[in-house]
Amino acid sequence: MAVSIHVKNVMKKYDDNIVIRNLSVDIEGGELFTLLGPSGCGKTTLLRMIAGFNTIDEGTIAFDDKIINNIPVHKRNFGMVFQNYAIFPHMTVYRNIEYGLKNKGLSKEEIKKRVEEIMDVVQITPYRDRYPDKLTGGQQQRVALARAIVVRPQVLLMDEPLSNLDAKLRIEMREVIRQIQKKIGITTVYVTHDQEEALAISDRIAVMNHGEIQQVDVPERIYLRPYNTFVADFIGQSNHFTGTVMGKNRNAAVIRLQTGLTIEVENVKPLPKDEEILVYVRPEEFIFTDEEHGMKGTVVVKRFLGKYINYFIDFGAGDPVEVITDTSRAERIYEPGETVFLTVNVNRINLFSKDAKITLIEGVTSNVL
Amino acid sequence: MYYKKGIRFDLWTFVGLISVLFFGIFLVIPVARMIIYAFHTADGAVFAIDNFIKFFSRAYYTNALKNSVWIVLCSTVLVIIIGVPLAYITTNFKIHGKKLVDILIIISMLSPPFLGAYSWILMLGRNGDITAFFKNYLGITLPGIYGPGGILLVFVLKLYPYIYMYTKGALKKVDASLGEAAESLGYHGIRKLLGVSLPLVLPTILAGGTIVFLRAFADYGTPRLIGEGYATLPVLIYQEWVSETGDNAYFASAVALIMMLVAAAVFLLQKWITGRKNFTMNMLNPPKPKELKGIGNVFAHAYVYLVVFLSTLPQLYIILVSFRNAKGVVWTEGYGIGNYINVFKKSMNSIINTYSYAIAALVVIVILGTLFAYLTVRRRNLLSRVMDIFIMFPYVIPGTIFGLILLMSFNKKPLAISGTAVIIIVSYVIRRMPYTIRSSAAILRQISPSIDEASASLGYGPLQTFFRVTMHVMIPGVISGAILSWITIINELSSTLMLYTGRTQTMTVTIFQEISRGGYGNAAALSTILTVTIVLSMVLFFRLTKSEDIDL
Repeated sequence: MAVSIHVKNVMKKYDDNIVIRNLSVDIEGGELFTLLGPSGCGKTTLLRMIAGFNTIDEGTIAFDDKIINNIPVHKRNFGMVFQNYAIFPHMTVYRNIEYGLKNKGLSKEEIKKRVEEIMDVVQITPYRDRYPDKLTGGQQQRVALARAIVVRPQVLLMDEPLSNLDAKLRIEMREVIRQIQKKIGITTVYVTHDQEEALAISDRIAVMNHGEIQQVDVPERIYLRPYNTFVADFIGQSNHFTGTVMGKNRNAAVIRLQTGLTIEVENVKPLPKDEEILVYVRPEEFIFTDEEHGMKGTVVVKRFLGKYINYFIDFGAGDPVEVITDTSRAERIYEPGETVFLTVNVNRINLFSKDAKITLIEGVTSNVL
Repeated sequence: MYYKKGIRFDLWTFVGLISVLFFGIFLVIPVARMIIYAFHTADGAVFAIDNFIKFFSRAYYTNALKNSVWIVLCSTVLVIIIGVPLAYITTNFKIHGKKLVDILIIISMLSPPFLGAYSWILMLGRNGDITAFFKNYLGITLPGIYGPGGILLVFVLKLYPYIYMYTKGALKKVDASLGEAAESLGYHGIRKLLGVSLPLVLPTILAGGTIVFLRAFADYGTPRLIGEGYATLPVLIYQEWVSETGDNAYFASAVALIMMLVAAAVFLLQKWITGRKNFTMNMLNPPKPKELKGIGNVFAHAYVYLVVFLSTLPQLYIILVSFRNAKGVVWTEGYGIGNYINVFKKSMNSIINTYSYAIAALVVIVILGTLFAYLTVRRRNLLSRVMDIFIMFPYVIPGTIFGLILLMSFNKKPLAISGTAVIIIVSYVIRRMPYTIRSSAAILRQISPSIDEASASLGYGPLQTFFRVTMHVMIPGVISGAILSWITIINELSSTLMLYTGRTQTMTVTIFQEISRGGYGNAAALSTILTVTIVLSMVLFFRLTKSEDIDL
């Protein structure tokens, strides 16, 4: 059974600068868990604390129920894939992968079998006798992955492993990593600043900012139901409106946006009348409608992107708003200067309190321990 | 790799302690002792400035200081005047045989300086061949080579390669588009050169100039051989030390201290100036040498060939002379290998000493240098910062002084190693290890620490990680540094001259003695053996590093 990782009340500071403050998280056995956040949010620091490259100033980290704070790096039994791959330049592909097995007391045949097996899995067998300087970025990435998992570690740690690859290769390798991780069922902690990568690859995501976890959840919940405005802004784009609570209509809260549109949203926490709140609408959640149902705006910019059409629309209040429609579902294409009427998909918008900037949707939690 | 709260005690703490102990015993304590001695007097005062009063009140001594500074400043300026244009020409214009030119320049840079003095004496000295030719066939008496003029000649021809190498390295890093940008803004020719290229490489020229200054300032052999009465500080210190009057250890210490302060001041001044004027450049288009046309082309070639010829001439001449038959101090007719037979009979001991001491020192240098390099790059802490300073020390302590302070420190128990081979080897290790440390550290800086971390994550402890991964990656840097250390060890004269005894003399010492007593044939044969060793080492260097440059 794959090990779980328990991070409890962990703190890290450099001089007086607190990088991680009182952070707790549980990572389940066998899942691919992503730490996602802007640079400087502490995600790599946390990963390196799990690895043992950084000290733990306060709190504990445990693999299952075994606290590892004082276990030296080389006895922690984890595999790591580094941002720059860290392939040993003086060893061939084969030797690189074999390196970690050589101090495990295995027989020569066993080592050979395992190395060849894993080279097959990551598809680098043809390059087995090459030195790293004769490999492409993608091949080096595969070697790094093979080297990390061939020792069958308890935990796999990945520090922005795809950030040095070009866009196409990044998507390809993302799938390779995902498949292999599922196949061997190893508990994996994955660090990235790329939200699309995180959404695509993760079982669960922890969004971090300023050394704290903002929200932990499965990718779709993180995207659709962000716990606070930071998560809403960091994952995908959101258009910001301010709204005023007008009252209730059965179960739904009636909210009037500053652009004049009145909407009814269900599953909202109880709100006093006249309360000002923040309304976040993703570009793809607008619906073109008629004068009676929509708010009136003017197309400022049109970008035809093939699959999508991208508009910037001015509603006369605040910045122009970004709207994305599927080309296949668009009845017609609007030109700059045209007047349009828009409403929003009320089931997909998010409401936040104006001061705490925390969600007002019933049932959405940050899941932070 | 093992982190706990408080002090980490692992292999590297241990290496750090060893390095502190090593530099402490053989560098810091001796230097401290020298400084303390400088304030002692013969009549028992523990803290007095008598020695300094004596130094500054007698023209004999102050003249030596003036001589030293003056000749060294002149050399530095001349070297820059010769070396910078040379570098500019070879990087920007096509020169036929440029590879050979570079190799000859490097060889003349790496040969012992006093050999140059010796060779020029053979050519232009009182009984020199050229002097005799002019006198006998043309009836012209040439002005003597001896005195400040001779020192200047030897210094300049010996030291311009430093400026050349430094400036060339910097010019190669000036992006070609900078020159093109200057031209697009209406700057041509000399205005472009003075406006763009020169200011960009000026910090490098200054750094090279400082090295030249310190080398010339520290040199004992050249002024001693060719200076004749034009005393400089190293010569003075040596004389004070060997003369028999008793209180001279104290006085010599005071002179040494004055010398070290001058050297340190120059060194710090340069650091301060270049620290404020350092440019970082994006390198996209390396400068491409252009073909020159007409008179400019002729002039450029003539200039390069002339400088290289003059600086290589002493080496070639010594090789020629080594095959000339000699009997004692007199040349006889004809050519043969008599000198070599003589040398192998008479001086086999010093040949063996040179190589065995150099190998012993090199073994220590490679082991400690590699470990220390790792320490200074990968363990940035107080310890490694102190190490960085220690590594600079040999640049400002002239060999004569270092020999002197080692002698004063280790002539009694617990470490009575004066007069043994050990003290010579210690001196080589301290003075020549910086080459190996610097070059090993340079390569390590280019390699991400994550390869060490990768090894740790795969279950290898710090010790195993170092020996299985880090060390392998450092090897090219260690080798190129070690070859430089090796060459400069077998060339070493000034500190060996203070430290040798009859049994422990080396080739350079024997050559020096033979020159002093007129045994020119033997000196030439030994010098040739030395030169051949250096050339072979250079070939090895270029083979192993696959580079065309040497980073000093």
